[in-house]
Amino acid sequence: MLTDSLRDRGVALAVEAFDADALLGGKFDRNEVTLEIAPSRINSVCGYLKYDQKFVRLSSVTAVDRHPAEPRFEVVYHLHSVERKLRVRLKCRLAGHDPSIESVTSVWRSANWYEREVFDLFGIRFTGHPDLRRIMLPDEWEGHPLRKDSPITGSRV
Amino acid sequence: MSDATLPPIIAADQAEPQSPTGARRMVLNMGPQHPSTHGVLRLVIELDGETVVKCQPEIGYLHTGIEKEFEVKTYQQAVTLTDRVDYLSPLSMNLGYCLAAEKLLALEIPPQAQWMRVMLTELTRLNSHLVWLGTHALDIGAMSVFLYCFREREEILKIFEMFSGQRMMTSYFRIGGLALEPPRGWGQRVKKFIDVFPSRIDEYENLLTNNRIWMGRTKGVGAISIEDMLDLGVTGPMLRAAGMKMDARKDEPYSSYELFDFDVPTRTENDVFARYQVRVEEMRQSTRIVRQAMDGMPAGPWKADAPHVVLPDREKMKTQMEALIYHFKIVTEGFRVPEGEVYQVIESPRGELGFYVVSDGTAHPYRVHMRTPSFGNLQATSRMVEGTLIADVIASIGSMDFVLGDTDR
Repeated sequence: MLTDSLRDRGVALAVEAFDADALLGGKFDRNEVTLEIAPSRINSVCGYLKYDQKFVRLSSVTAVDRHPAEPRFEVVYHLHSVERKLRVRLKCRLAGHDPSIESVTSVWRSANWYEREVFDLFGIRFTGHPDLRRIMLPDEWEGHPLRKDSPITGSRV
Repeated sequence: MSDATLPPIIAADQAEPQSPTGARRMVLNMGPQHPSTHGVLRLVIELDGETVVKCQPEIGYLHTGIEKEFEVKTYQQAVTLTDRVDYLSPLSMNLGYCLAAEKLLALEIPPQAQWMRVMLTELTRLNSHLVWLGTHALDIGAMSVFLYCFREREEILKIFEMFSGQRMMTSYFRIGGLALEPPRGWGQRVKKFIDVFPSRIDEYENLLTNNRIWMGRTKGVGAISIEDMLDLGVTGPMLRAAGMKMDARKDEPYSSYELFDFDVPTRTENDVFARYQVRVEEMRQSTRIVRQAMDGMPAGPWKADAPHVVLPDREKMKTQMEALIYHFKIVTEGFRVPEGEVYQVIESPRGELGFYVVSDGTAHPYRVHMRTPSFGNLQATSRMVEGTLIADVIASIGSMDFVLGDTDR
């Protein structure tokens, strides 16, 4: 489903042609393309964008917590095509209970640490990740500090 | 989420070293307090004799939760946090964040502020490359280069102090322009430095470029293919030393970089020596940019005409009621930023620096994510050093030029 602002964006049209069900929406705002992708299709869409649309680089993976709204989490991917000098943002929304999404490490190896960071700080699990463990915090740490319901100060009693 | 759903935790140092030939392998912990890791990086290295079989970098020792801290600061206060991420190029961090926030606010930045930003960011690049060159040479055994580099770095820090009052944590770029009016006499000070600096680069090159030990330690060491680097998230001088001309200053110009005449140096040898050559040439190019910015500095205002964002002049506050009100409102509650999200990329001395800023329409950033170059570059460590000698690990990781504050945030 293509919103009006995306009608003349090549990459949005290409993703729609590739898999119309995977594209849930998106926008073209402040010169940046955001595509909302169905979480179950993220791996195949990323593979398509990398190999057929020349987005050879995964610039970063991160997440946003929209607590208390539902679906609570947004996993955000920034892709970069060096050849086309183009960037695109992919976004997947996940429910707050036991959030989990397919890993894209099989598409870009750089996703390894980015996904570990999101797992560590947001508690989102990436299925199929080769080495999913905490990266920033100690292994025995409890909780996920970048969640909005995690306090900024104070310590556990 | 309860912890029962988490996968089992395997510490890197608990893995049993196994060798197909039956030879005993040794697991060596390099860091987190090793001097040549430039901070608190820990490398768990599995050795077969002197050969590295496996190398696993462990990071997080310098994690400060700075991205969480952004969420409770106002937009303008958060500028001071960015300095502390990559403390060797604080002005690049300032610039990336300010550009992202200005994109959300749709602010027009006056030419003088843009040019001043370019000039100071390039001086920061010099500062960062000087620290890199000095410490990298020190690791490999060339002690004196360090002293030469820090002599020039001192001059750059004095220039920063002149502008902002601070040597390292400058926070000189603010959303909407600069923090203070450029100081009187900045031109002569920068000119004095820039006039001698090229001859100082020649001095470093005299010490190193044809030095047999330096060549022996760096040539043919630390190779990694372009495909691997792109796939693993490596950016910056490492990519350019392999022949790939990727530089955000040229590809996605920001802050009027498109008006400056400079080259992006590349090499094709793709080893530690080539990375050294690329960074030395980048210092010469940065000097060119600084000179152009200094000579052609446009006159006019140094902050945007946006009274709801930019603090008013002291003089106006004493005479105009609105100025006083704006000052009070900006200082006490900050300014509201329209809802939206942006990803601003700049070329930091280490590579691609991306700021992903999400606004929910309030005076505090809803989420700030920093895509820092050191984090991306460090992922390639294993690929680069596995199969090489333990002594080359020092040269290889030195050539990556990472800052652990930048990695761990």
